[in-house]
Amino acid sequence: MAKIVLEKLADAYNAQPRSEREFAVKELDMTWEQGGAYALLGPSGCGKTTLLNIISGLVTATRGRVLFDQRDVTLLPTEARNIAQVFQFPVVYDTLTVGENLAFPLRNRKVPRDAIKARVAEIARLLDLSAVLDRKARNLTADSKQKISLGRGLVRADVAAILLDEPLTVIDPHLKWRLRSTLKDIHRRLNATMIYVTHDQTEALTFADKVVVMHDGYVVQTGTPEELFNRPAHTFVGHFIGSPGMNVLPCTIEGATARIDGVPVALARAYPVLPAGARIELGVRPEFATLRARGAGLPVRVRRVDDLGRVRIARVELMGRALAATVPDSVEVGGEEASLVFDPACVHVYADGHLVSGEAIAGAR
Amino acid sequence: MNKIQDQRAWLLVLPVFALVAFSAVIPLMTVVNYSVQDTFGNNQFFWNGIGWYQELLDPKSQLGERFFDALWRTLLFSAIILLIEIPLGIGVALCMPRDGIGVAFSLVIMALPLLIPWNVVGTIWQIFARTDIGLFGYALSRLGLDYNYTLGILSAWITIIIMDVWHWTSLIALLCYAGLKSIPDAYYQAARIDGASRWAVFTTIQLPKMRRVLAIAILLRFMDSFMIYTEPFVLTGGGPGNATTFLSIDLVKLALGQFDLGKAAAMSIVYTLIILALCWVFWTVATTSEAERRPT
Repeated sequence: MAKIVLEKLADAYNAQPRSEREFAVKELDMTWEQGGAYALLGPSGCGKTTLLNIISGLVTATRGRVLFDQRDVTLLPTEARNIAQVFQFPVVYDTLTVGENLAFPLRNRKVPRDAIKARVAEIARLLDLSAVLDRKARNLTADSKQKISLGRGLVRADVAAILLDEPLTVIDPHLKWRLRSTLKDIHRRLNATMIYVTHDQTEALTFADKVVVMHDGYVVQTGTPEELFNRPAHTFVGHFIGSPGMNVLPCTIEGATARIDGVPVALARAYPVLPAGARIELGVRPEFATLRARGAGLPVRVRRVDDLGRVRIARVELMGRALAATVPDSVEVGGEEASLVFDPACVHVYADGHLVSGEAIAGAR
Repeated sequence: MNKIQDQRAWLLVLPVFALVAFSAVIPLMTVVNYSVQDTFGNNQFFWNGIGWYQELLDPKSQLGERFFDALWRTLLFSAIILLIEIPLGIGVALCMPRDGIGVAFSLVIMALPLLIPWNVVGTIWQIFARTDIGLFGYALSRLGLDYNYTLGILSAWITIIIMDVWHWTSLIALLCYAGLKSIPDAYYQAARIDGASRWAVFTTIQLPKMRRVLAIAILLRFMDSFMIYTEPFVLTGGGPGNATTFLSIDLVKLALGQFDLGKAAAMSIVYTLIILALCWVFWTVATTSEAERRPT
């Protein structure tokens, strides 16, 4: 078990990158604390798997250093790094039994026979595989195979971290939930550092204590699920997390008032200094945008109301822009005309996509 | 799901039946016809029952002795070339590049021997192995080795075996290469993480994943080598003596050389049945082990 530090790390497929664009993973500094449960979240092609492979040593980064507990492992091969990795498709050694599969990493490392036996039995118990230890691994279902892949990582007592690369992709939906709770359970019992790569926000938010959101090679935000929801650091995070995603509207700002196509919106904070020439946008999650009968607020046209059971989400149009908003139980939507009211505390301002923190308004309560 | 019953489906397979009947069954029946009759020419035939078969399968008769000699010779040849070509083909496949410009290059190089007609292969080696003008034969005899494929039994066998290995190892290598290419990278990455040695990667990942193509490769090479005719016929003509007279060569000698149509027909039938039986055994073994791997 170890603390993993990435220092000024960057990676490009091309060994001699000429421009920033060629980097699949843009320069970043990051610390993964010992025993943390992390999720690396992002759409396909955002560089999350590359980042994972750099940590495991399958890929050597173009620049920067990887430290395991202050030990520089940047140039060490995978087998010298004490890393366990579970891949998208379950990898089992077809001709071996489940027990032999679990013993494989230990046998390769010349661990004494008795020690192997004891350790395999222990891990099989943990993963609920004891009953099938003598079966051929190829006869098992996908989720059992994925448990074997995980088990091969866990048998080594000295693993620095367990890396999971979209491990539930090929698992049946009803088994996903079970395997996910097995993972959480193992994380709690073994106090292992786990990094879980996924493009599924539900998986990320339920598994991880901390979620690292990647977009286009950049790490755009690292935080707890609440932080990602309440204060998205980037409009991308707002879009990507939450369902439906955050509404983003171009606007102009004067002090503590934003104007969307001339219609004023009150803000909870003032923004006296905004980067000149930047694209200024307003972000508000549908949860904090409430639909009212036509009156005060932004005049909108209602296009559709989706009843999700717990909440009702209205798809509305504001000056030709599509937005999503919550419809409180008390509000009856009749016809197209309605008004939209934002909760000022939950309205964020973005300059070129990045969150701008304003100043408290003098004299405000 | 409901099974659809429609007898018209037979109409769809009818052309195949007709085709197979004309291309295989009917010609084979003429052979069966010959095998139970005797002729003294003049297109007059006499019923002989299972006489030819009895003689053929009796090792003490002249025909039987000749048949079994050729049969063991052919089996020995198949066994030797399988033992050489399979490991060699796997080895070559493992050495071929996985990506880059080298792939196309090595594929073309590997495919070249497969494109050469059989009798040309025989001619190439017949000249190549000559001790007076052939590079191979001349080099060997200059080294002081007693090599002459027209006189020495061992020389003749070695030449035919090297020729077959040269001609057909590519096929095994290409099939194995296809099998190797189908292994996802994740397997190799997992093996690296598990600290597997090169040998362990081969035995636990590559060999099991090549099983299917290897089964096909062995079947193809076995059938082909068991029926080998052209190359040894061109190279040695079955000699020296009868040392390289394989079943197919013997069959032609019997049918066209001696014009013993009845004996040759009986031999053809038995030859065909042996190949069918061996292929069936092989197929059964391969498919049963395949069935075991299906999830229960």
